[in-house]
Amino acid sequence: MAQKDSDLKKIKELIKIMNENDLLEVEIQHGDDKVSLKRFEPQRAEGPSVTPLQVINPNVPVQPAASDNSKSSSASDEVKKTAAEQEDLVEIKSPLVGTFYNQPSPDSDSYVEVGTHVETQRVVCIVEAMKVMNEIQAEISGTIVAVLAENGQAVEYGQPLFRVKPD
Amino acid sequence: MFSRILIANRGEIALRIIRACRELDIETVVIYSEADKDASYLRLADETVCIGPASPSASYLDISRILSAAEIGDVEAIHPGYGFLAENINFAKICRDCGIKFIGPSPEAMQLLGDKVQARKLAKKADVPIVPGSEDIIEDIDDAVKVAEEIGYPLMMKAVSGGGGRGMRIVHNEENLRSAFKSAGAEAKAAFGDGTMYLEKFIIKPRHVEVQIMADEKGNALHFYERDCTIQRRHQKMVEESPCPVLDERTREKLCEAALRIIKKAKYSNAATVEFLLDKDNKFYFIEVNTRIQVEHPVTEMVTGRDLIKLQLEVASGKELEIEQRDIKHTGVAIECRINAEDPENNFAPCPGRIERYIPPGGPGVRVDSCAYQGWNVSSNYDSMIAKVIVHQRTRTEAIATMKRALSEFVIEPIKTSIPACQEIISHNLFAKGKIDTDFVERHL
Repeated sequence: MAQKDSDLKKIKELIKIMNENDLLEVEIQHGDDKVSLKRFEPQRAEGPSVTPLQVINPNVPVQPAASDNSKSSSASDEVKKTAAEQEDLVEIKSPLVGTFYNQPSPDSDSYVEVGTHVETQRVVCIVEAMKVMNEIQAEISGTIVAVLAENGQAVEYGQPLFRVKPD
Repeated sequence: MFSRILIANRGEIALRIIRACRELDIETVVIYSEADKDASYLRLADETVCIGPASPSASYLDISRILSAAEIGDVEAIHPGYGFLAENINFAKICRDCGIKFIGPSPEAMQLLGDKVQARKLAKKADVPIVPGSEDIIEDIDDAVKVAEEIGYPLMMKAVSGGGGRGMRIVHNEENLRSAFKSAGAEAKAAFGDGTMYLEKFIIKPRHVEVQIMADEKGNALHFYERDCTIQRRHQKMVEESPCPVLDERTREKLCEAALRIIKKAKYSNAATVEFLLDKDNKFYFIEVNTRIQVEHPVTEMVTGRDLIKLQLEVASGKELEIEQRDIKHTGVAIECRINAEDPENNFAPCPGRIERYIPPGGPGVRVDSCAYQGWNVSSNYDSMIAKVIVHQRTRTEAIATMKRALSEFVIEPIKTSIPACQEIISHNLFAKGKIDTDFVERHL
């Protein structure tokens, strides 16, 4: 949340491009600057569909996403999602406004990672608000499928933090 | 001047503050609850932060959520708007402790003037006439009966920490007094967390006149003349105007100077409104101070040509007021009507719902302060105000004509609104003659 005006404008532009081209994930690297955006649930209702990940260079025109092919072989970081799988997943949302931390302290291991199985009481992350470290519990039993926030990122109430495939 | 502030409010006042900030090149971080996620003004903010669910106690009234948003939003100051935490001493203190500027008075000044009994004592010391009443808070029912006998019925029983017309009861005799003591106290405790009460003489058929003040943090205080807010229903203002149609220049001067004396004595800074009752003989009596910017501030902005929200921001950022009192003039007449989502035919019952058709008025002399739009859902979680229609013309007759025209143009469908009731008030011959008192609405509508 606490980003410069120009950064925010660029991100808003990216989101617009994503929506217009029905992309699920976008990652841009410009030297040391990296921006990664993930969108939950495509608009399609019927049939499986795959949207290949595209790496976008701001100087190159955007290619529209393929709407109904099932194979993709573009960039190495591609993520395949089907509409059927999307519908089963549950999000863990932030109950607070604050800063997201995926580890109890800078030199510890993360609380959870993609693939970790969690029970309802398992602490999955910290949201720090006003110097108070609030431990956030999974409140669901399942497997972490995606981590949606970055360590040190500002998050708002209701913001999705993790995607979980319930047991 | 601040480079970035947080707006801890919603609806039309959030939009109003955003507008002032945009013109002053101040970045805005605007909080919102889930119920306000479709608010029209969010797109105008530099950043928005969802802080909680619809319930005010878990969102707009939740100090820790708001301060968390201020922290991640990296703001220098918070504008509390009106209502919610605008007059919450604890909030003002916490902001100060966290190094965030609260755009309003200091917690000490807010505490002094926000406590109605202390404010009355201060007014007395400042040589300002006050409504005859109890010297101090009422300890218990026997104390109440004794004081009542001293002052004489009829009386107004009021909450020390009250506001917005709540926690008040008129009592005509001892029986009324006994039941009012319990019910008004309970209402006050529920609404403001403090059930202590005091008594004031009830002035028959008064007018409600208030003076707009702006003070800086360097000891300067200015008045921006008065507003007449006599048209009320159950102590909720419906129509406000400036200037007060029955005040002569001499009384106006004395009234405004009395307001300034109270503010200066309290070492107050930022916006305030000093409220008075005006009796049939044009004698004024101090009642209380509102230590915040008010809903009806546009009325004063129209007649003085000054932007009160910008002045709030400037004062809070440490600027000294450069305007001289003699440079503040009032011209013409401004009238404001509050348009609420209420059904006047059904005792003004709130009518939340979706606005399917919205066509606001316009044209010369018309200003509309509103965040409503076609497709917007008027929520049942918050107050029912949809819009404020303010008109400004050279004379009162012309202002009334413009308001009638504006109200007749205003389309808000299909929900019920108070537009017909406002139309009735504005068109009433007693209103045109300026012969009104605070009972007008109940008696004539």
